[in-house]
Amino acid sequence: MSCRYTFGGDEHIFVEVDEAMSLEAFFTSLSMTNAVREAKIKGVTEICPANASFQIKFNPDEIHPDDMLAELKRLEATADTAEAKLDTRIIEIPVYYQDPWTHETLMRFRERHQDPNASDIEYAARINGYDSVQDFIKAHSGAPWFVSMVGFVSGLPFLYQMVDRPRQIQVPKYLRPRTDTPKLTVGYGGSFSCIYSVRGAGGYQMFGITPMPIFDPEQKVSYLKDFMVFFKPGDIVKWKPISREEYDADVAAVEAGTFMPRMAEVTFSLDDFNADIDGTNAKLMEALNAG
Amino acid sequence: MPVNVISAGIATTIQDLGRPGYYHLGIPLGGAMDRLALRAANMLVGNDEGAAALEAVFVGPELEFTEDAIVAVTGAELPPKLDGQIQPTWTGFEVKAGQTLSFDFLKNGARAYIAISGGIDTPPALGSRSTYAIGALGGVEGRGIQPGDALPLGAQPAGASAGKSVPDEMRRMPGKPAELRVLPGLYWHRITEAAQKGFFEDTWKVANEADRMGYRFQGGRVLEFVDREPPFGAGADPSNITDACYPYGSVQVPSGTEPIVLHRDAVSGGGYFMIGTVISADMDLIGQLQPHTPTRFIKVDMDTALAARKERAEALDAIRQALA
Repeated sequence: MSCRYTFGGDEHIFVEVDEAMSLEAFFTSLSMTNAVREAKIKGVTEICPANASFQIKFNPDEIHPDDMLAELKRLEATADTAEAKLDTRIIEIPVYYQDPWTHETLMRFRERHQDPNASDIEYAARINGYDSVQDFIKAHSGAPWFVSMVGFVSGLPFLYQMVDRPRQIQVPKYLRPRTDTPKLTVGYGGSFSCIYSVRGAGGYQMFGITPMPIFDPEQKVSYLKDFMVFFKPGDIVKWKPISREEYDADVAAVEAGTFMPRMAEVTFSLDDFNADIDGTNAKLMEALNAG
Repeated sequence: MPVNVISAGIATTIQDLGRPGYYHLGIPLGGAMDRLALRAANMLVGNDEGAAALEAVFVGPELEFTEDAIVAVTGAELPPKLDGQIQPTWTGFEVKAGQTLSFDFLKNGARAYIAISGGIDTPPALGSRSTYAIGALGGVEGRGIQPGDALPLGAQPAGASAGKSVPDEMRRMPGKPAELRVLPGLYWHRITEAAQKGFFEDTWKVANEADRMGYRFQGGRVLEFVDREPPFGAGADPSNITDACYPYGSVQVPSGTEPIVLHRDAVSGGGYFMIGTVISADMDLIGQLQPHTPTRFIKVDMDTALAARKERAEALDAIRQALA
């Protein structure tokens, strides 16, 4: 994989690891951004890893853009040889699929959708070849997901499904973006799931909602007291389908300050994963269920 | 002793020089859209250049003072009125406790900066008082100002005096048409040579969707794409990319139709290709563009971008020296 380097004006370098999404491209992006951080290059102000690319913001008064470019190319050589291994955590995120709030919202924006006569999840199930929405939910929540990017707004995670490519769910974004999306909507666009951290505009299909806040500027939520953003790139997520009753109970627990997401520390190796996807995922699930 | 907000204008927010370091989490730099105007306003009232001030869009607020202070209004030509008496812009003037500051109609530009000696002393969030409403950070409880708010001020700076003024020729406003210099790059190769040429030939107009997150432009030709097989994860539309980071100032063109230039409250990433980036020297200008302003994009190279950046730094230094 050879990176493509391009300047974003006089203050950014944008590095495309690959045009297409893959876990290999994500790991290269992650290891290169880690290398940039460790190299403590003068003038660097922001280091932003993305799905299959990354971006460095720098102060050109401190380092000439050409010198910054040379530093990054030098690091690419090192990153190529780095082992694609990650100490991370797996987190269970409860999802109330087909909830009334995203349903109300999707009905308001039907004219912007590919299939005005179906709900978003019915459409996604159909075009991915599932006989029923229940089967689709089983597929969406069956295997774990990689947080391959955090961004857009306020700690929103992009998640990439940890299955082989033929099994990967793909759904186009809305024809035109909505002006509204409920907070904590579990969405889908292209080959990515996401969780909308705050209410606002959005173009991803809406499948459900999680009771678990992932961004809290006031830092009152028990597990967000140390930092207001929950996710970081490299986190692994397992969706857990829940009922309305479980959803209500979780919301009450969040408000009472007693909700703690289930999670466990794990080590992920891309080579092991590629050698045995289902076996690696099973081990991740064992760790989660023991945690 | 606070400054009481009687009316808030349209979208008046507290802004400073922003909160660097959190863009990788989708929390943008934020801060004044017109940095030079904010710095000048603060200099005129004796504050640190990066003190928090008010950024008023199109319409000014009405403010009641409960202590003596010095005030300066820079950026857009939005004439301040003290108890109804017009005051000069880009000039520090005294306000006494009990007096009311209001504003006349906007004459030019889009965003005025209202600095008050002592600076606005609301609680910082992630190191900045800048209002980022989408993330409910900074400002007054994470939002813009509202009637009934009492804005706390910091300690009055020692030796501050009214009457200083930024010379006319040092005030910067967009020309007509406005010209924004763009360094091509990012996904520039995704459009045809004819489209690359056409983008810089056409005169665009600022659309109504123009805010702190980004400015949309209309009226130029639709960009024609180079054919491709959609890469896995990108999406079927030719303007889609595998979701990636967006530089500040980057010019994305969803479906090739209406360019959007991301500004201080940029979304940090997404799935639209970008054809280049407005250079850092011209970012301030965007904050002063009104809807419908005719705008040309000017193609430049990196040397020009760096020379323009140097020129802006020198212009700021000249203001510092003029007010010293």
